[in-house]
Amino acid sequence: MALLELRNITRRFGALEAVKDVSLAIEAGEFFTLLGPSGCGKTTILRMIAGFDAPDAGDILLDGASLSGVPPEKRPLHTVFQSYALFPHMTVAGNLAFPLEMAGVGRAEIARRVGEMLALVHLEDKADRYPHELSGGQKQRVALARGLINRPRLLLLDEPLGALDAKLRLEMQGDLIRLQREVGITFVFVTHAQQEALALSHRIAVMRAGRIEQCATPDVLYTQPANRFVADFIGRINLIEAEVIALTPEGARLRSATLGELLVAPPPACALGDRGAFALRPERVCIAAPGESVELDQRYAGRIRSALYVGETTLYQIALESGQIIEALEANTSPGRARRYEAGDPVIIGWAKEAGVFLHDES
Amino acid sequence: MKPWLWAATLLVYAFLYVPLAIVALFSFNDSLLNAQWVGFTLDWYRKLFADEAMLTAAANSLFIALLSSSIATVLGAMAGIAMHRWRTRWLPLLVITPVAMPEILLGVSLLLFFRQVLDLTLGFFSILIAHITFSIGFVAIVVRARLAGMDESLFEAARDLGATPWQTFRHITLPLILPALTAGFLMSFTLSIDDFVITFFVAGVGVTTLPLQIYSMIKVAVSPEVNAVSTLLMALTATLIFFATRLAPELLKGQR
Ligand SMILES: Nc1ncnc2c1ncn2[C@@H]1O[C@H](COP(=O)(O)OP(=O)(O)OP(=O)(O)O)[C@@H](O)[C@H]1O
Ligand SMILES: [Mg+2]
Repeated sequence: MALLELRNITRRFGALEAVKDVSLAIEAGEFFTLLGPSGCGKTTILRMIAGFDAPDAGDILLDGASLSGVPPEKRPLHTVFQSYALFPHMTVAGNLAFPLEMAGVGRAEIARRVGEMLALVHLEDKADRYPHELSGGQKQRVALARGLINRPRLLLLDEPLGALDAKLRLEMQGDLIRLQREVGITFVFVTHAQQEALALSHRIAVMRAGRIEQCATPDVLYTQPANRFVADFIGRINLIEAEVIALTPEGARLRSATLGELLVAPPPACALGDRGAFALRPERVCIAAPGESVELDQRYAGRIRSALYVGETTLYQIALESGQIIEALEANTSPGRARRYEAGDPVIIGWAKEAGVFLHDES
Repeated sequence: MKPWLWAATLLVYAFLYVPLAIVALFSFNDSLLNAQWVGFTLDWYRKLFADEAMLTAAANSLFIALLSSSIATVLGAMAGIAMHRWRTRWLPLLVITPVAMPEILLGVSLLLFFRQVLDLTLGFFSILIAHITFSIGFVAIVVRARLAGMDESLFEAARDLGATPWQTFRHITLPLILPALTAGFLMSFTLSIDDFVITFFVAGVGVTTLPLQIYSMIKVAVSPEVNAVSTLLMALTATLIFFATRLAPELLKGQR
């Protein structure tokens, strides 16, 4: 049985359906992420799980028992707020002790567990500080520690890294993974940063406008996106309009206005005549100089339009003769290859038939 | 700043404070007339503390101020929290109107209400109610300002971490609005202790407060005893204002 189950949850605000018929099952010990653009309903779902808001339809179950009508303080789950919500009139130790005091834990036990938790988040020396005396990263760790100290069944985190700068964010991501694996508590994490979701999660639910578009592990989301939205939202991708013109056991044949005929293998789940997009990750595109011989299923001549040097990689935009722009990502690994091509260089690009996928449009 | 601006500023402050300074000075003057400095004396204070009527009035004033500001603080806090929580349009209007209303209007309407609607005997109780009425608004405003500057998720976080609504109020809301409550209390206290207009209407004949007593003394003759009592009142008010402003900056910062 799943630890937390959402069954056909719907939440309306006036005419707006913020959450539409969402069903999810989250297993114990999982690091589960709700990922989606701003306003897609992530916070609304989290608030319903925490008990600050109630669904208009559907049910939320924890260990198989419905949470409907259970007030927030009676739910064995805690929330880490984006603003941290540390109590400004209490010290770090006071903040950590609060959930234990509310649960009626004895003084000696509270002192022991607060000490233990401070050690876990490396804040032993900050016990007597007030929140306004802490840095952003430290506040973040106190908020996490406060959420974990009473050992909830589930920890809800609403964009907890949103307020941190890029470097600290990366550092905290590492801390989050370590903490979650160490304490073994189930995390439900909300973010709109796809990189963060991919790096942290066991599973990710990608949301759009109140619906779940796809729920899968990071590598499945990346390599087998369910539709254009997911493909486009997770990482960079080339999306080219195409139509299925033939289906054979070894693959599907597509026709595109700009790429001509293409082979995609293995055959995707689609029917003859389906329209949709051919989706190709930039790192799956190979670039060669016009003279070089390349063994690839698809090959096109084009010209480098721009080259964006990113350090370990370079992102090229290549304009094909048909006018189609294709993005290609090349690793700058071998010496002297930092920038093989300059804007304006003629090149041959290509990819293997397994490199891309076909995403048919929903009818 | 330009010299003439300095001069103007000085003039305004002089206009405000010189009369007060003169009152204080002449309360120590060894002369019945408020005209010329004769010599230092504490006679007027001695006389003041022997004045039975004055002492009763002072005791009444202190008692009414303490009681009315305590009650107004509790009610005003409740109103402030309600205004913050429900954000209705009419509640702030309802609470703040008595603050903005001309005092004379409030005095007359309270008098009519007590006499003709409630048929109350004017006196201690009617003064108390009147003072509570005009103080609630002030407390409510500072409490709401304090809450408005606060992160809403603090209260949700408390619930989330296992506190019942009452525990949330007790452990989170109350400590956080404490500076506002103290400032509101001190404000109400000063308002009550020196209120003249409204008290004049609702006091009736039995009970006299300090401002009423001072007024009745002045009607006869301006005795230096009035200077003495005014000076004491000034000192008390200044002390309270000092404490209130010590708490006010915290009100603006939103953190302790
Ligand atoms: N209390 C409310 N009243 C009315 N509309 C609301 C309320 N709460 C949320 N909404 C609306 O519901 C939609 C989903 O909001 P939600 O806060 O869940 O988005 P989100 O995915 O968390 O976005 P973000 O990434 O910006 O935090 C939004 O369109 C929002 O305007
Ligand atoms: Mg949100």
